Amino acid sequence: MTDAQWEVFSYEGVIGAAVLYFLAMLAYFFELASLRSVPAGEDVDSHRTAMARRLALVLTVFAVAVHLVALVARGLAADPNRVPWGNMYEFTVAGTFVVALIFVLATLRVDIEWLGPLVITFVVAALMAAFLGLDDTLLPLPDALNSPWLVIHVVSAVISTGAFTLGALLSVLYLVKQRSTATTGYLARVPEPKVLDRLSYRMHAFGFPVWTFAVLITGPIWAHQAWGAYWNWDPKEVWAFITWVVYAAYLHARATAGWRGRNAAVLALVGAATLWFNFIGINFFSSTSQHSYAEGAAEVRSVVGVAATVEPAQEVGVVVGSDHAGA
Amino acid sequence: MTDLQQRPSDDRQATPLPADLDARGLVRWSWRQLTSMRTALVLLLLLALAAIPGSVIPQEDIDSLAVSQWREDHPRLAPIWDRLDLFSVYGSAWFSAIYILLMISLVGCIVPRLLVYARAVRARPPRAPRHLSRLPQSTSYVTTDAPDVVLARAARVIRRRRFRVEWPEGTDAVAAERGHLREAGNLLFHLSVIIVLVGVAVGSLFGYKGGVILFNGEEFGFSNNLTQYDEFAPGNLFDPAVMEPFSFEITDFDVEWVTEGERAGMAREFVAHLDYTTEPGAEPREYDLKVNHPLTIGGTDVFLIGHGYAPVVTVRDGDGNVVQSGPTVFLPTNAQTFESFGVIKAPDAQPEQIALEGTFYPTFAMGRDAEGNLSMPASIWGDALEPLVSLGLWTGDVGLDDGASSSVYVLDKSKATQVVKDNGQPFRADLRPGDTVELPDGLGSVTFEGLQRWNKIQISRSPGKVVALTGVVLALLGLLASLFVRPRRLWVRARRQDDGTTLVELARLDRSSAGDPEDGAAELADIVAALEAEKEEQS
Ligand code: HEM
Repeated sequence: MTDAQWEVFSYEGVIGAAVLYFLAMLAYFFELASLRSVPAGEDVDSHRTAMARRLALVLTVFAVAVHLVALVARGLAADPNRVPWGNMYEFTVAGTFVVALIFVLATLRVDIEWLGPLVITFVVAALMAAFLGLDDTLLPLPDALNSPWLVIHVVSAVISTGAFTLGALLSVLYLVKQRSTATTGYLARVPEPKVLDRLSYRMHAFGFPVWTFAVLITGPIWAHQAWGAYWNWDPKEVWAFITWVVYAAYLHARATAGWRGRNAAVLALVGAATLWFNFIGINFFSSTSQHSYAEGAAEVRSVVGVAATVEPAQEVGVVVGSDHAGA
Repeated sequence: MTDLQQRPSDDRQATPLPADLDARGLVRWSWRQLTSMRTALVLLLLLALAAIPGSVIPQEDIDSLAVSQWREDHPRLAPIWDRLDLFSVYGSAWFSAIYILLMISLVGCIVPRLLVYARAVRARPPRAPRHLSRLPQSTSYVTTDAPDVVLARAARVIRRRRFRVEWPEGTDAVAAERGHLREAGNLLFHLSVIIVLVGVAVGSLFGYKGGVILFNGEEFGFSNNLTQYDEFAPGNLFDPAVMEPFSFEITDFDVEWVTEGERAGMAREFVAHLDYTTEPGAEPREYDLKVNHPLTIGGTDVFLIGHGYAPVVTVRDGDGNVVQSGPTVFLPTNAQTFESFGVIKAPDAQPEQIALEGTFYPTFAMGRDAEGNLSMPASIWGDALEPLVSLGLWTGDVGLDDGASSSVYVLDKSKATQVVKDNGQPFRADLRPGDTVELPDGLGSVTFEGLQRWNKIQISRSPGKVVALTGVVLALLGLLASLFVRPRRLWVRARRQDDGTTLVELARLDRSSAGDPEDGAAELADIVAALEAEKEEQS
């Protein structure tokens, strides 16, 4: 296939995956709707309800497979072939893939299927947003990105983003469940707050070392190679650091009397907010990031009209291949 | 049983200030507050909060151009921001205060725990509590085996599961413990945070970062000493004696342009071919300097971080003397098309000083507006296919090279006037390579001789980087142990009952906040099953 065909194929794959996720979401909603007034203790004896739940998981598994194919196709569509996370669209597609994949893998080991409706709704929403709102121009990687560290750095960033996102969903559930007195419906069927808290902790405990690896090991090594300094306090770095510190605080909170539970859950959500803000929001606030994906990137530093006493070094604002994607 | 679950650090809680305190008491109380877990938590959150302004407000060390622009746009806020160090957040007193407090708290927290840990490592598993069935995870069964037989079997089975096992003489219970690595990992992690900080501090105190713009060719070679740098940012304790005596020149520079497809016009490979020697008299070597491929000489790294065009322009003055020649750095104003801006100054020109300011187009073309009429000139390509330089002319005081007050990249127009043609339009000289244009009013002539390329080279030495890297790697290892090792204790008690059977009680205690009761129950069940299996084997 030609690059253009791969590109179209990849779009079709993403749409196909999104449709499958959407159907899975409907199946979950159907299940929830039919359980709405069934007391939590009662088993699901309705055949249709049990079918809906199983169908939802099967659809999700298929969606994840299609999603993977779409990702690979995206990488093959680029010339030269490359990892499929060169801009925000691609990062979102890859990130949602990891969220869905971790969820599917987790269902094999722990009873976590009740999280399905939330996870799948999130994935559908994020994919829609990526499709409608994010720049998806397929560009070759600028030179600065062309390094094995891109693979290692971004893979670990995407994986930890997925884990933290799932952890955040669990923390939301924890906070809601804690105040809920429902005896029927979805909330009543969600496990005890204690269990939610522990599952959320596990997601974070998995995500945190991976994030540490991405942000504090591979990031600096790569930055050192590409930009000549391992830490530049560039806005993306600052926010990655903030995210790291907030999650460190979350882990502390879980071990501190008086901060366990509610406060820790709130901290987990703050962490997720900084994580996603770093990914999406910071691009709108700051143009100095060497990480910028979009226009802000190879920023035109017009020298015209600037007061005469500027150091030459700073005027040479155009860095070789400075537009930087990834995380 | 909560006291059993306490970790050594957990008693270091913040406490309210006692009412009657003498000076020593106050110091001790403050120290306890500072090294409490809750303080660490608050300091961590403060650190996160304090890092935010630097990501929104331009920072002096990162982009001083943006800072000066910001200052111009906000003349009233700028002095206030200055007072608050908001243009250099990460070097500011208040930011430092937070992380120094955090470090002190960290040391104050780790040292006592190290001592506790040192004792705990050698300690034997604690004896079984009296009522095993009251522990959160426990189970029991009845057997006809004698208690000693059961306990010996239990010790074997549990030891095989890599517990440290103790069966004190004459007691009716086996005690076991494993997972000391968790605390070790936790301590290693926290210690490593300090190692990282030391590495970073060494780098910023003893290292330096410098930059230089070089043209291609032997005559524009660079040798590593202070005078050769265009800009130089040393650490506070930097000693020039550590600078390695290498030298290099850029023999050639290649860019590969994508010429077809949607991505046409993007540059792909940038390679600066270097000839370098590690010290005077050493054998010259070659290196292809690329992005992501720095050249390392001793402890110094040489990076390629930018490139651009330098038109070679000769300026003759009214008397016909060459008053300016050679390449001039033009700075790209567009990273795609490499349309570039530059100034050529000839302060020695007679009868009047002259300066030429304008644009260089690597591939010149007239753009077209919506109706298809020719409009603004533009560069349509980054490669130099149709190079053209278009210059306006200025006379008057064009700024002698009097050091700091004038930049070579900018023309201070306050004392210079632009030369206009008879029709009132500004005079412009549009030159392709080889062209010469006579300047009006007998000011002389300009010749565009050809093109040179410049490369921006960054040279830096950051001594502590290996220390810092080792630190984070150790921190990660420690973290893994600290998060995934599950410290736990096990007890098995076997007692003869009145009816002659033996009651075997097992209990398990999770010692981390992350323990999962289901895992615990599963482990107990496994052990019971293993005891059964062992019994079968023996019989
Ligand atoms: C740079 C500052 C710090 C960072 C980044 C940091 C990070 C962390 C992280 C990620 C953990 C989780 C590991 C685990 O759950 O076992 C942790 C645990 C812990 N930290 Fe810190 N920490 C810092 C400072 C401190 C300070 C100042 C103290 C002392 C007051 C402290 C005491 C502890 C303790 C006792 C634990 C164990 C909690 C547990 O077992 O769950 N930390 N720290």
